[in-house]
Amino acid sequence: MFNKKTTATVDYSKGHVAYLKAVKKHKLMVKLCQVGFLILFILLWEIAATNKWIDAFFTSKPSSIVRLIVNLSRDGSIFKHTAISVFEALMGFAIGTVLGTFLAILLWWSDFFAKVFDPYLVVLNALPKIALGPIIIIWAGAGMSGIIVTALTISLVVTILSTYSGFKEVDEEKIKMLKTFGASKLQILQKVIFPASIPTMINTMKINIGMTWVGVIVGEFLVSKAGLGYLIVYGGQVFRLDIVMAGVIILAIATALMYQLIVFLENRFLKWRQ
Amino acid sequence: MLTEKFVEIKNISMNYHTLDGETEALDHLSFDVNKGEIMAIVGPSGCGKSTILSIISGLLKPTSGEVLIHRKVVEGTNKSVGYMFQSDHLFRWRSILENVLIGLEIQKKLNEENIHRVHKLLDTYGLKEFKNHYPNQLSGGMRQRVALIRTLAIEPELLLLDEPFSALDYQSRLAVSDDIAEIIRKEKKTAIMVTHDIAEAISMSNRVIVLSNRPATIKNIHDIQLTCEGEANPIKCREAPEFRHYFNRIWKELDVYVQ
Ligand SMILES: Nc1ncnc2c1ncn2[C@@H]1O[C@H](COP(=O)(O)OP(=O)(O)O)[C@@H](O)[C@H]1O
Ligand SMILES: [Mg+2]
Repeated sequence: MFNKKTTATVDYSKGHVAYLKAVKKHKLMVKLCQVGFLILFILLWEIAATNKWIDAFFTSKPSSIVRLIVNLSRDGSIFKHTAISVFEALMGFAIGTVLGTFLAILLWWSDFFAKVFDPYLVVLNALPKIALGPIIIIWAGAGMSGIIVTALTISLVVTILSTYSGFKEVDEEKIKMLKTFGASKLQILQKVIFPASIPTMINTMKINIGMTWVGVIVGEFLVSKAGLGYLIVYGGQVFRLDIVMAGVIILAIATALMYQLIVFLENRFLKWRQ
Repeated sequence: MLTEKFVEIKNISMNYHTLDGETEALDHLSFDVNKGEIMAIVGPSGCGKSTILSIISGLLKPTSGEVLIHRKVVEGTNKSVGYMFQSDHLFRWRSILENVLIGLEIQKKLNEENIHRVHKLLDTYGLKEFKNHYPNQLSGGMRQRVALIRTLAIEPELLLLDEPFSALDYQSRLAVSDDIAEIIRKEKKTAIMVTHDIAEAISMSNRVIVLSNRPATIKNIHDIQLTCEGEANPIKCREAPEFRHYFNRIWKELDVYVQ
């Protein structure tokens, strides 16, 4: 890391320096345009709504959304709703990942078990899990636990299937190599299957963040007590589009942050990927 | 050299069963390997060479017959046998040192003495500066040397090498086969090496077994006596006058069976 920076300025040829500059400039342009597009969009929205080109009753407008968020944060309710949803998402995500990985290990451990459950998993995977929402809410309770179970159900089957197929992809010869040292099944899991599958597992996690949030929002729609999903549904019912929009925007920020957290962990722990 | 029988292969046969049918891979093979010798096995591809090594290592149970190492029947994997594959199978998430220690880790023998010995092996065989590197930073030849040291780390008495150089380009292949033959001799190991390269077999080993097409039977066993002066390294030995003679004979034996 250290070396890269110093040598970059020290002994690269003129042509290469120019190349590096051009790449940097290009990157900067992309960033600027990304931000510029967002600002332009918000401005246009605000102007269009103020001049009544569009009906603010249906579209709301940025300034009233900001005002609403400020008001809601003054009485703390926005934080409460966000915290509840984030907590539910994190719990659903964590339990879904741990439980899914554990079940994938069971399938890997016993080929017989894997074959027996294969058709069930395929059907469950194809089923839109949201349809199970009402059942889960009734079984697990119309509260936070019901929402968390809904969230983890949506990601669980995908976690099991993709983690298991990641396990199966590990080179048989590598396993054979460990067996020549006298490795037990647990050691094979620990020394090669698991570490080799970490990239697959991280990719699964990235997909699952989105899925978990779908579960949380659907759960909150159904339970309708608190959280961002509740805020959105409530706003829709009373035709307050600013509430709906505020909910959606905060949701977008929360999911983006959770995704970034995974990316951060990936960069931190997968240094051998270079 | 002492001619003490170290490995005895007694009348082994191997049939594979799959849903498509039965494959006869080995047909009543018998041979011995003496202590301290390098034995090469050559044969047409698919004739059952890897199967022989798998049986000797205890990964596979023969359909009939038995293998004795130190006069003890092989049952399951054995800590005195080290196996080296065509591909190095280094773990990309482990540093070179961590890769080399994996055998000891699995056998729960990670003590100070053993770690010290592994460090010395890496130092001796030109990997001193690469201990904390990752496999993708090393050349193919170096990686293969790391794989050998990983095998040597558990102090096996018998080494099984399955086409250990075939993943390398010609130049590194010559250099690495030279290195590895030297390491095996220096560490006083007994080795059985499968290869499809006749020149490699003759230059590296004491005896060469020629196998027939599948199901493998022993076609011939050649005692290799090369007069290479001074340092008897495999590259030099290729210039010995007898080399060509052995080469032609083995080549003919293999060729007859290709038809
Ligand atoms: N696990 C297996 N199941 C069924 N057939 C196998 C298996 N392993 C090897 N064979 C068959 O046995 C024969 C010998 O294989 P192998 O020992 O790998 O040959 P070689 O190493 O000489 O190329 C081949 O025809 C191969 O298709
Ligand atoms: Mg083979």
